[in-house]
Amino acid sequence: MPSAIDFDQKVLVVDDFPTMRKLIRNVLKEIGFHHICEADNGAAALSLLQSEKIGLVLTDWNMPTMTGLELLRRIRRDQASRDIPVLMVTAEGNKENVVEAIKAGADNFVVKPFTAETIKDKIEHIFRKRK
Amino acid sequence: MNVEFINPFLSATLRVLKTMASVEARPGKPFVKKDGGAQGDVSGVIGITGPTNGSMSLSFSRNCILKIVASMLGEEIAEINNDIKDAVGELTNMISGDARNELGQKGYQFQIALPTVITGLNHEIRHKCNAPTIAIPFDTDAGPFVVEVSFEN
Repeated sequence: MPSAIDFDQKVLVVDDFPTMRKLIRNVLKEIGFHHICEADNGAAALSLLQSEKIGLVLTDWNMPTMTGLELLRRIRRDQASRDIPVLMVTAEGNKENVVEAIKAGADNFVVKPFTAETIKDKIEHIFRKRK
Repeated sequence: MNVEFINPFLSATLRVLKTMASVEARPGKPFVKKDGGAQGDVSGVIGITGPTNGSMSLSFSRNCILKIVASMLGEEIAEINNDIKDAVGELTNMISGDARNELGQKGYQFQIALPTVITGLNHEIRHKCNAPTIAIPFDTDAGPFVVEVSFEN
């Protein structure tokens, strides 16, 4: 089956750890994305969402100042960004967190540790569902 | 300390290193640690709260962490720099998060804090409680590292 992923979309990676941003960037490149930008906190991510045409957001959950969940809520509140798909990436995969993220409008959820294959499957699922 | 709390950290360590860095770690025999000195060149510590409070730490030898991070990021790093410290923080975060998920499935709901990273010769690890610290030594092809877990009774 051909992939439903639109690899021309620009992907925004949000994580306070530079290593994790680099690792996710490598995974996204391996999957086939060419346009990737990064933010190390929620405020920087919101600013990039206003200035750039972003087609997919991958955000960490556990960040200081603004959590990934709060960032997700703000993305969904803003008319300009409310329809952008968001994939939550987190070390805390308990049921409460998954339910809370889905309620807040997350398109999918990846629990660390993850493989490139898992990230690809989740993104594939998001693009397929939105087609 | 409830021994049920130890195994999830052991299995999380193996899982995280295998998945994120393709590193096979071999656990040794756990022992009760007598002092605060770290058995490595760089350590990550994270506080854990819930039914009981405690903390977990990871202490890596220089060679071991350089190889792990090289494998994670696909690039060689020669020294313990900010990238390495950052990776140790993230590994601490991921291992404690993964163990927390397993503990949650057993009915123990814990919360984890943000990790702290310490480097330097003979640096000391301060666990968040005064209970005995259980150390689990691991070996890898690139060198040893130690996971420590300490929870109040």
